Amino acid sequence: MRVTENWYLLLGAVLFCVGAFGLLVRRNPLVMFMCVELMLNAVTLTFVAFSRALDDVGGQTVVFFVLVVAAAEVVVGLGIIVAIMRRRPGATADDIALLKG
Amino acid sequence: MLDVAWLVPALPLAGFIVLLLFGRRMGEPWAGWFATAIIAAAFFVSLVVFAGLVGEPAEERIFTQTLFTWMPVGGFSVDLAFLVDPLSVTWMLLVTGVGALIHMFSIGYMHGDEKFHTFFTYLNLFVLAMLVLVMGDNLVVTFLGWEGVGVCSYLLIAFWFTRDDPPVAGKKAFVTNRIGDAGFMLAIFLVFATIGSVRYLDLNEAAGQMATVTAAAICLLLMVGAIGKSAQIPLFVWLPDAMQGPTPVSALIHAATMVTAGVYLMCRVAPVLAEVPDVGMAIAWIGALTALVGALIATSQQDIKKVLAFCTVSQLGYMFIAVGSAEYVFAVFHVLTHAFMKGALFLGAGSVIVHGMHHDQDMRHMGGLRKYMPITALCFIVAALAISGVPPLAGFWSKDEILLYSWGKSPALYLVGLTAAFFTAYYMSRQVFLVFYGKPRWEGTEEAPEPAVVGAAAGGSAAAPAPDAPAPDVHGEGHGEGHGGGPHESPWVMWVPLAVLAVLAAVGGVLELPFSSATEHLSRWLDPVFESALSSYHPSTAWKWAGPIISAVVAFAGIGTAALIFLKQRVPASKVEPKVLERGFYYDESIAWTVDHPGRASWDFVAWEVDAKGVDGVVNGAGVATLATGRVLRRLQSGYVRGYALGIAVGAALLLGWFVIAGGV
Repeated sequence: MRVTENWYLLLGAVLFCVGAFGLLVRRNPLVMFMCVELMLNAVTLTFVAFSRALDDVGGQTVVFFVLVVAAAEVVVGLGIIVAIMRRRPGATADDIALLKG
Repeated sequence: MLDVAWLVPALPLAGFIVLLLFGRRMGEPWAGWFATAIIAAAFFVSLVVFAGLVGEPAEERIFTQTLFTWMPVGGFSVDLAFLVDPLSVTWMLLVTGVGALIHMFSIGYMHGDEKFHTFFTYLNLFVLAMLVLVMGDNLVVTFLGWEGVGVCSYLLIAFWFTRDDPPVAGKKAFVTNRIGDAGFMLAIFLVFATIGSVRYLDLNEAAGQMATVTAAAICLLLMVGAIGKSAQIPLFVWLPDAMQGPTPVSALIHAATMVTAGVYLMCRVAPVLAEVPDVGMAIAWIGALTALVGALIATSQQDIKKVLAFCTVSQLGYMFIAVGSAEYVFAVFHVLTHAFMKGALFLGAGSVIVHGMHHDQDMRHMGGLRKYMPITALCFIVAALAISGVPPLAGFWSKDEILLYSWGKSPALYLVGLTAAFFTAYYMSRQVFLVFYGKPRWEGTEEAPEPAVVGAAAGGSAAAPAPDAPAPDVHGEGHGEGHGGGPHESPWVMWVPLAVLAVLAAVGGVLELPFSSATEHLSRWLDPVFESALSSYHPSTAWKWAGPIISAVVAFAGIGTAALIFLKQRVPASKVEPKVLERGFYYDESIAWTVDHPGRASWDFVAWEVDAKGVDGVVNGAGVATLATGRVLRRLQSGYVRGYALGIAVGAALLLGWFVIAGGV
């Protein structure tokens, strides 16, 4: 059985949905963060799959950009989470609803 | 020789700047002499320009001098340029010539005033603005001068601003003029929108191809401007009040030059006006009514200057009759003779006010002054006879031509004009009799003050200490030194200009004698400017003889009536001076009442109903609506991250669904 591009796309979709679902249902900021990373990586996987299927190097180029941006985002995001956890140990995402109108 | 035309306005400009910077240091009387010399020099240069123009063939007497591009804005470009042609040169000579004489008179009149140099600064500025007005090559430059003379008029009417009335009168003049200026501005916009240029030459060339409606609109808007500046019905109210200014100002600005700017403007655009004879008819009727109303009001005024002011209103009406009848040459003729006559009359009145009556202007306190001020009296009487239309003085010729030719436009115009002419003769004679004849009526007459020596500057100290007439002492501390005691003749700086103007008022008719084309100098000079715009009316020979005779008879009838009433006292004066005329048909009062009652009520309505409820309601309503909407929308902002994430996810899913459906993927 040959592994075609569709398999990768399907995997990407499943990973994305898992990430999105996790983001919606979990309360722990750190876990939610990991879910976001999962979604990002699902997208990059899709890019690579298309890049291979269409024989276009552009998709892979985008992936490099996404990796760099994701790294930067992780640094900032983790910094914020650490700062929050220091001030309020054990806080969930619902506890920090400061933007409530 | 024409290249020196720019010097004509440049000289008063230089004079203005020098006086502004060093006027106080020059002091009295040198600031006055300097200003006079500057204007005299401008007159001399005007003569040179005039000579240069005469040297050209009649058809080529148009010279444009462009100094620089003033406003280059895309397709709209205005040059600061001067147009020198017979029409503008005529006005240049008038403004600088009469201006120089009145400057000279002012040296005597303003003697002792603490703002002596300021007065001459303003006067030079006025002459500059007036020259820019008449020399402008396009409507915008003319408008610059138009506003300039308005400002100077305001400054000079309100010259004695520490008193109560002059600032009010100045404001009134300014505001009333703004109404006219609005019309002028709209006319400029319309001209530019129609022909893409604001130059007179372009406008007059394009007059023939213009739509009648456009031409009528331009003329009507310019007419509104002219009505404001030249004090016609319904905007004449500012001119009588303008008499609050010093008398030389009344002579120069509010009689001889500025108020004729409206006539000049209408003459300038004569080819456009020729396209719409109905507008001409409107102008002529406005002029005729103004002439009559002004004359009627003048018959019952007690203030020596108010009589002359309403007389000016009335005479300007005659000029408008001429303009409306497309007899532009006669309008210019009357402008010139009127400048001489009214200049002499105002200077005479100024002489009476300062040296005869100590700033009392009420004619009921005068009388018999001809014994004390012989030169002033002679000049005043000559000018009064001239403006009454007594042959062969200047006013007879100019007024008669206007009346004669107004018959061609409409016989009714002629009759109204003739009636006004009768009253003109009547009120001028009344004024002469009240001021210079009869028994002296000023206070302290019983002590029989000795006639003072002519020009005696120190005559006052020796004379009996006659009580001063009850008048505001406008000169402050410096007043007493020059003129004390009873009435006496003015110094020579005052009576010389007066005499010159009186002589011109007597012989000014030679400019245009209707005997043959050889004696019609003004027509020959100005006809090339107007050409086809002139009316084609030619009176019959019989009418040409009958008209002047009727006019002369009417003039003598007016004088005779006045003599019966005020000299022989057959009828008590109070009978012929009804209150309604003394108050000027209650015109000012009606305006005040209208503004105060319906006007105030409507503004109250606007303030407390429209503004407080309508406008504020909309503004506050917008605020309240925003608040209410916000109160509903804030529920959406839960602050829970998962809520936002769900929103994003649902939104993305919806967008995806839409793309699939709409794109048919």
